[in-house]
Amino acid sequence: MSVLVYTESEEGKFKKASLEVASYAKEVAQILQTTVTAVTFNTKDASELKNYGVDRVLNITNEKLGNFNAEAYADVLKQAAEKEGSQVVILSQSANSKYVAPLLAIHLNAGYASNVVGLPESADPFTVKRTAFTNKAFSHTKIDTAIKIIGLSNNSFGLRENQGDASVEEFSPTLSEADFSVNVISVDKAKDKVTIADADIVVSGGRGLKGPENWAMVEELADTLGAALACSKPVSDMGWRPHSEHVGQTGKPVASNLYIAIGISGAIQHLAGVNASKVKVVINNDPEAPFFKAADYGVVGDAFEIVPKLTEKLKEFKAKNA
Amino acid sequence: MKILVCISHVPDTTSKINFTDNNTKFDTNGVQFVINPNDEFGLTRAMWFKEKQGATVDVINVGGPETEPTLRKALAIGADSAIRVNTPATDGFQVAKQLAKVAKDGEYDLIIAGRESIDYNGGMVPGMLAALLHANFINTCIGLEVEGEKATAIREIDGGKETLTTSFPLVLGAQKGLVEESDLRIPNMRGIMQARKKPLNVVEPVETATQTSIEKFDKPAPKGAIKLIDADNLDELINLLHNEAKVI
Repeated sequence: MSVLVYTESEEGKFKKASLEVASYAKEVAQILQTTVTAVTFNTKDASELKNYGVDRVLNITNEKLGNFNAEAYADVLKQAAEKEGSQVVILSQSANSKYVAPLLAIHLNAGYASNVVGLPESADPFTVKRTAFTNKAFSHTKIDTAIKIIGLSNNSFGLRENQGDASVEEFSPTLSEADFSVNVISVDKAKDKVTIADADIVVSGGRGLKGPENWAMVEELADTLGAALACSKPVSDMGWRPHSEHVGQTGKPVASNLYIAIGISGAIQHLAGVNASKVKVVINNDPEAPFFKAADYGVVGDAFEIVPKLTEKLKEFKAKNA
Repeated sequence: MKILVCISHVPDTTSKINFTDNNTKFDTNGVQFVINPNDEFGLTRAMWFKEKQGATVDVINVGGPETEPTLRKALAIGADSAIRVNTPATDGFQVAKQLAKVAKDGEYDLIIAGRESIDYNGGMVPGMLAALLHANFINTCIGLEVEGEKATAIREIDGGKETLTTSFPLVLGAQKGLVEESDLRIPNMRGIMQARKKPLNVVEPVETATQTSIEKFDKPAPKGAIKLIDADNLDELINLLHNEAKVI
């Protein structure tokens, strides 16, 4: 009857989002008066989960599952949920979790609420708050099925420490050939680079920077802050920056703690995509830019002067506070 | 190759969002509706297969008669025929069930759905559709090549991309990047004229459960006023971010 939670790891480390879903699962389990069981793949050390309320861990050791594979992982999670008699299954909203969750929902005949930003209002009826209209609204969605799947929005709940045993049991679900009909032939991923999804701070550049040749100062600011790089839609459409940096309504969502927008006017579509970030700072020459109405802090002025100065001062600040 | 492209009828990206009926329904008054942006990328890619590989392309929407202008736009872009499943969309599962029935009966090889729509952001229809059809599924798809029954696709992952191979039947969760923005098809005069003569078939829905229901909507609290900092006083910005906002 435990709450099942899928805790993703990468290079042997749990992602921050995994610790967040574990924290959330613990509180849901308390509402349902049950325990938390986490599912891990090929994880040698799951002890970090002890700090986030996980009671048990089902670890699957299988080299065929070394690379993420949605169909196979969905089959595993289904069997784990059945083994545990779980009524609630919790995943993050990472690319892999969003890939797995709808498959799992059909396998378990479970209602699925994505983009969840709060705890269930009660055990019955089971209603959760979700974002809608790309962060312009919230919906309160009731899940009517016996088994419920929750996709927790990134950085919406935070990490909460709770002690648990996180005792590990090796789990060997039955996999079929049909689980492996989509095959990865290559992966192209920058190592040691913080992604927009996982970053605490995102530094973003827009058309106000006038051209791709001016991005060095944006990169340096991001580097100083340990931040991920992002850009507005026109910048990616014009090819100044790669598509992967585009954030906004039709790009990647931003839910970081801090979002710094440089030379971005703040069109509705851009704001929709970055609205889930907690604190927004705008640096723009145009005091009439709509972003000034939507941000927390702003500096009106020439980005080409402000950004390098800000970077320098941040370096001093970091040195002083080291 | 038979391609089915799923089209969502959504409020345009700049729409003001309001609710009626005691905050239980989206207020469509004065709202312009368009093809969901992610679906447009899927439809343009499908058109490439039609022109270069002789594929047929049908488009489908689950909704009431008000969605027909959006389906006609898809026909104007070049799809061969349109299907409207005559029932309002109630949740992701219900939509996936309706699409699955048509997809199965039509024996489509490739089904392309936008990975997420800008209205309810469910992000679940493509995956649910694939599972219901026992079809292969690739989400966040930013590249697709087809040779016979084999497909090679590129999936966007957190921090990069991966290349995958699979076979038909295949469902894709399409998104921006599947084709270049500058290559997106828009209806031209000729397309619009031709669309009028193309079939738009209305089919009745199958019985299905709805697994979730929206009890009410609300909107985020209005923002407080911005704090402006002088460009000559960046120390103050750092101070505020560290001590007040606590984000650095």
